[in-house]
Amino acid sequence: MSLLEIENVSKRYGSETLALNSVAFSVEAGEFVAIIGPSGAGKSTLLRCINRLIDVSSGDIRFDGVSVPKLRGAALRRHRTQIGMIFQHYNLVNRLSVIENVLHGRLGYKNTLQGILGLYTEYEKREAVRILETLGLSEQMYKRCDQLSGGQKQRVGIARALVQQPKMLLCDEPIASLDPSSAKVIMDTLRDINQTMGITLLVNLHQVDVALHYAERIIGINRGQVIYDGPPQALNNEQIYQIYGSEAGELILDLKERYAA
Amino acid sequence: MQPEAFFLRRRVQSAIFFAAILGLTYGSILLTQFDVIQGLQAVPRAFAWGIVNFVPDERAWTRLPRILEKLQETVLMAIASSSVASVFGLGLALLGANTTRPHPWFSLPARMLASIFRNIDVSVWALILLFSFGQSGFTGFFALFFVTLGFITRVMVETIDEVSTDSVEALRATGASYGAIISQSVIPACLPQLISWVLYMIETNIRSATLVGILTGTGIGFLFDLYFKNFNYGAASLVVLATVVAVLLIEAVSNAIRRTIL
Repeated sequence: MSLLEIENVSKRYGSETLALNSVAFSVEAGEFVAIIGPSGAGKSTLLRCINRLIDVSSGDIRFDGVSVPKLRGAALRRHRTQIGMIFQHYNLVNRLSVIENVLHGRLGYKNTLQGILGLYTEYEKREAVRILETLGLSEQMYKRCDQLSGGQKQRVGIARALVQQPKMLLCDEPIASLDPSSAKVIMDTLRDINQTMGITLLVNLHQVDVALHYAERIIGINRGQVIYDGPPQALNNEQIYQIYGSEAGELILDLKERYAA
Repeated sequence: MQPEAFFLRRRVQSAIFFAAILGLTYGSILLTQFDVIQGLQAVPRAFAWGIVNFVPDERAWTRLPRILEKLQETVLMAIASSSVASVFGLGLALLGANTTRPHPWFSLPARMLASIFRNIDVSVWALILLFSFGQSGFTGFFALFFVTLGFITRVMVETIDEVSTDSVEALRATGASYGAIISQSVIPACLPQLISWVLYMIETNIRSATLVGILTGTGIGFLFDLYFKNFNYGAASLVVLATVVAVLLIEAVSNAIRRTIL
């Protein structure tokens, strides 16, 4: 049984826009999958359907054998605790300290009162500290998040996802707001998490070269449809054309050739 | 179009605009039979009269303890109504904001309620509430309460949507409950702005409370009204001076608080 099975998932906004059109694929535990495609192709919508930040219009998503679209209340919260999410704009509470933001990752395991009061166990706090140390943030632990650089904020975002002890990470454009060297640190960190901790990764990326370099599997999406699904080595120029449309094609092809060389 | 033609048209537009303003002014003067010369001549005399009568005399200072007592009552009422209304306003804003509403249906009623409370002026509220509570402190309290509720709800709806949308999404993704999302993400992110707006409303409400007091016969406003109508101008001006000092003091304190929290 695959960890994640997506069957004929469609998402319709209003009566006109079809953000996802019969998307189907499955992801095995431990895979590193990059989802590429132009802006507005439905990449973000697809990730948010998996942890139900967005409801699907039709089709089924099964995570670890559980059907996601029908989940409600406590069962939905339990589902979300198993999936960490990393965002383009980090989505931290900027006025709170790094460690407080990381501990937010534990809120899914709390009952209402514990959650409202922010009561964390000794073990959870030690775990947060340990994760921050492995990500090289022990110096920043008690700083407010608005004092951090973009790369540091994204590492706090990763720490918040890891403290959930997730089976899978959903990364929505994790490096789109970062400079090249911070972006490399983040992508290396993600690969490390995938290889040493065995956490499944589903990463939305703008940068085709980064996707080809890091992922072991590429899913190409255009206008809500899966155009390509396979290893990066087998992705040819024509398929990249199809994913990005003819206009952007030439620029992307250059990148691909440079990467291949 | 030629540049000459463009600038000519601009000049003609300006000329028409000024002619219209002049015509309106002259027409209004004719209709109201307002004598411009006499009106302007009255200004220095009015100032002279005001200055002569404004300085509190010996007799007025004897009333200072009573004035301060009423002023304290008014200031405390303004603070009480502002802070109680802010708590309710925050609750209403959580229902109305796109980020935190429990269901899309809550949003419009919450915002409309706030809009109604806000757009009815505080003096109108006082007059309306006079029918329910009569000449008592409650009338003033609720008049200020309703206006503050409407205002705080509106600014907090905007603050919540502006400041906490991203972190709320992140916390929902971790599986956090609604209560935890509000207390761990929305409140910490919005608290400085909330406190800042509450302080602003306290300042505004002290000024409004004076006016409301005139209408409802309570607090410092009542005292002003009483002295003024008894031709006791010295005491009335002492009321004004005391109010100004109180407002400036409160403003200084709240600015100091703002500097430390923001």
